[in-house]
Amino acid sequence: MKIGVLALQGAFAEHIVMLQALGVETAEVRLPDQLADLDGLIIPGGESTTIGKLAVMYNFMEPLRAFAAEKGMWGTCAGMIFMAKEIGTVGTGRDQPLLGIMDIVVERNAFGRQVDSFEADLIVDGFDAPFPAVFIRAPKLVEAKGDARVIVRLEDGTAVAAQQGRWLVTSFHPELTGDGRFHEYFLKMVEDTGE
Amino acid sequence: MNNEKGTSSFKIKAGLAQMLKGGVIMDVVNAEQAVIAEKAGAVAVMALERVPADIRADGGVARMSDPGMIKEIIASVSIPVMAKARIGHFVEAQILEALGVDYIDESEVLTPADEYYHIDKHAFDVPFVCGCRNLGEALRRIGEGAAMIRTKGEAGTGDVVQAVYHARTVLGDIRRLQGMPDAELMTYAKNIGAPYALVKEVRDNGRLPVVNFAAGGIATPADAALMMQLGVDGIFVGSGIFKSGNPAERAVAIVKAATHYNNPAILAEISEGLGEAMVGINVSSLPESERLETRGW
Repeated sequence: MKIGVLALQGAFAEHIVMLQALGVETAEVRLPDQLADLDGLIIPGGESTTIGKLAVMYNFMEPLRAFAAEKGMWGTCAGMIFMAKEIGTVGTGRDQPLLGIMDIVVERNAFGRQVDSFEADLIVDGFDAPFPAVFIRAPKLVEAKGDARVIVRLEDGTAVAAQQGRWLVTSFHPELTGDGRFHEYFLKMVEDTGE
Repeated sequence: MNNEKGTSSFKIKAGLAQMLKGGVIMDVVNAEQAVIAEKAGAVAVMALERVPADIRADGGVARMSDPGMIKEIIASVSIPVMAKARIGHFVEAQILEALGVDYIDESEVLTPADEYYHIDKHAFDVPFVCGCRNLGEALRRIGEGAAMIRTKGEAGTGDVVQAVYHARTVLGDIRRLQGMPDAELMTYAKNIGAPYALVKEVRDNGRLPVVNFAAGGIATPADAALMMQLGVDGIFVGSGIFKSGNPAERAVAIVKAATHYNNPAILAEISEGLGEAMVGINVSSLPESERLETRGW
């Protein structure tokens, strides 16, 4: 199995380290033709406006949509914003390009400037112990529509992860905690897609 | 969830900086420039009244910028906004934190307020970035609580030579440290004036515990790619963009260079027709007393 990490900007190296620790072949993706031999793709955290602009400049938008139509894709934080169909209007995010893959609504900077970064232990279905999650300028997962369903919530009910078939989004950063269980979860999704 | 004042963990502060990796942070002096920077794909802007080239030209004491101007810039963009406090001036830092800036740069570009002590950065919720010239200086700043490091270079010159020297020094120090046995670590820590625990951590992991950007003299896409190939995590561009002939285009080109730093064909394409780069000053012609890099201890 070969998993790519979109390496336009952001914490792509951290995802690569996590994937390699799980024994997976990896690739940094900077140009659309590098998507060709991948089984799945991670869109990392970073500055979502920067990632979006670089994706447009290097004609990534249609190739990424075509990739998602067949393969597994996981967006963390900025990647979650990028994969969303709708961005709310409370936060900012003007002229931000969106892939519009998943039926979710997200809100940028919705937790407020000072409190949008925090740590929390998440209770996840199928995990035998809580997952230590780091939220960094986290976007808010406002709504999952259609086939998309929320799979993890904070204690106060705030949605922080959603899945729609072979697509996954998390508003937190499993690549920063050294805990590989979400990466394993994604690899299983990719495996199931291939069958 | 833990959001009370004073509880922002180091993991979160360092994590904030990790999201800037592979990106370009641009100096801006007003909202109009901040919008140009954001449109070009900057990952953050540094709000300041005068870019280093002008601070250098004007002389006198350089201080924290007017809060009004910082607020205007915060309101104009959705990307993170950084601002500079003088070395050791913890009240300027308190003011910047109260304004809601996303990072504070305790910067040698401003005139130092304390010749012995840097700011105790653990005492703040907002993350700090600090300059360094070698591993010892980097680890002293991290020991004081810096969540991000940048090599100093020589700000406001457009001459990349010191940025290269400092990046090579820090990264070379790390490479040499990796081969060092336990028995030698304490003496090494003493010699470079760095906390033992951090020295050991760097030896074990082969990298700084925080993100390391390059700064001070980067003026072209090729300069940015040079620093990335040397092994830094991202780029600060101060005077290099808005002191050039065509800021909007140069800004985009430097952003692209930080992503495609290993692809000479793309670098050739984006380096074409950018117009005049900032005029620049040869660092070798600067007298010692005018060098900003020597500020900080």
